[in-house]
Amino acid sequence: MPERRSNRFLWIGATLLCGFVFLAVLGPEIAPEDADRQDLLALLQPPGADHWFGTDPIGRDILSRIIVGTRVTLTVALVPVALAGLLGVLLGLLAGYFGGLVDRLLMALVDLLLTIPSLVLAIAMVAAVGANLTGLTAAITLASTPPLARLVRGRVRELREEDFVAAAISVGMRQRRVLWRHVLPNAFSLIVIQLSLMAGQAVLVASALGFLGLGVQPPAPEWGSMLGASREYIEVAPHVVFASGGAIALLVFAFNMLGDGLRDWLDPNQT
Amino acid sequence: MIRHIAARLALIPVILFGVITLLFVIFKTIPGDEAALMAGATATQAEIDATRHQLGLDRPVLTQFTDRLLGLTHGDLGYSSTFRGNPLPRILERVPATLALTACAIGLTILVGIPAGAVAAALHDRWPDLAISSVVVAFLAVPNFFLGLMLIAAFSVELRWLPGFGFNGVLSLVMPSLALSARLIAVIARLTRGLMIEESRRNYVRTALAKGLSETRVLWKHVLRNALIPIITAIGLEAGYLLGGSVVVERLFAWPGIGDLLLNAVGVRDYSLVQGITILFVVGFLLINLLVEVLFVLANPRLRDA
Repeated sequence: MPERRSNRFLWIGATLLCGFVFLAVLGPEIAPEDADRQDLLALLQPPGADHWFGTDPIGRDILSRIIVGTRVTLTVALVPVALAGLLGVLLGLLAGYFGGLVDRLLMALVDLLLTIPSLVLAIAMVAAVGANLTGLTAAITLASTPPLARLVRGRVRELREEDFVAAAISVGMRQRRVLWRHVLPNAFSLIVIQLSLMAGQAVLVASALGFLGLGVQPPAPEWGSMLGASREYIEVAPHVVFASGGAIALLVFAFNMLGDGLRDWLDPNQT
Repeated sequence: MIRHIAARLALIPVILFGVITLLFVIFKTIPGDEAALMAGATATQAEIDATRHQLGLDRPVLTQFTDRLLGLTHGDLGYSSTFRGNPLPRILERVPATLALTACAIGLTILVGIPAGAVAAALHDRWPDLAISSVVVAFLAVPNFFLGLMLIAAFSVELRWLPGFGFNGVLSLVMPSLALSARLIAVIARLTRGLMIEESRRNYVRTALAKGLSETRVLWKHVLRNALIPIITAIGLEAGYLLGGSVVVERLFAWPGIGDLLLNAVGVRDYSLVQGITILFVVGFLLINLLVEVLFVLANPRLRDA
């Protein structure tokens, strides 16, 4: 019974994400209009036959901007997740496997970072580095690494006590090979699940920063900054916020479904 | 229990020292001339140098660091260009608004999230469960600023029931705290549902039912109480999300709290204000978790005498 349910989550998430990746790759080719073309005779048009999602305050076609913006929205969320994935796994492996002083120092740093609310940490980083792509990437990477490092470290500590690791060491296998061949593969499913859930969170943080004007800068069609730029028109033309807000929610939903589906599939013991 | 809480309290200054050091390192390693920024775009080199000297930025980094720590021990956050001096009093006068918002959000989470999860568990796999679970999935995906905007569109633009911005009166708290707590409500409802379904398969539940206790009574008095401990822990863990989310929600609803001030500070590159507010957020996070710890002990009789 649980198997059918898990497959459903996984399929919903994977299908939606395939759709988003498709838009990210082919966006500019399939968008009905040029995402930056302003039609000053059609400002704030409600959704209709000409513009399915309506037009924004300077007359750009919202549907085209959403389609073209998929690439930048996915990039600003996934690049930091990839970096945080590498960093978090590396730190977690080192701390969990070697223990002792390395473990204590690394985990003290991780715990320190965890006491700063992640969005506040991201905002402080953007303040320090600047509201540009480097600042945004650094901010989201720094905010997403600590929880992953903690999680991987916990799993690795469990694995280190396992008999097969002791056996590998006792037959004289080198440390690096034990880590690479025995410890890491067994932590793999946990890492994959976590990365997928982290991606959903990263989309939320990146779009929140965009919304606040601290993320991707206009006129690039990142969904969060589109929402932020048009929010004051909500009284006269509420449709301006629906498309970008809905797109963000759908993307986060897709990553959440993928994460839940992967968890049920790869790690059935944990609920 | 008191010893346990005291140990936690003693740890707070250590953590704060670490966070202050970390922020100092981050802000010192960034490229750019702080003095030039403070002096303004039209300043001459002499004026920039004068500002640098006035702010003490021409001294060795280590001296600057010890001075900063000394200043912080008596509440001096450094020179804020926005307020032309120590920003602490101006930050503190904005704390009540943020406190009201986050307290309301936590209250809503407990009052809505736990019962929703319990109802879903009690009517497991029937339509109320499906309805609640669908709302949970939606709340986990919708960004708080979008939810807030939809609330504004519905309740203050269309229906004109609630004020769309500012902090004046109880009514103005409704939409911001709902936007802020939606995700947390979902997390807690989902957790409560899962825990209660798991818990109700235990033997003591069967015994209680066999004794003739009513199903509702067993569910609310026994099952829910046993599920409460992990729920309390989860609220503490999500406190960071709540404080971070308050920044966005405050900006959206023009809420006069410290999150809004933080964004203004970032806009004008007022670094000591940014660091001061960040430290205050960490204090808030630690205090919420201390409170959670106390509740945890109260909810768990086995720990009360320890």
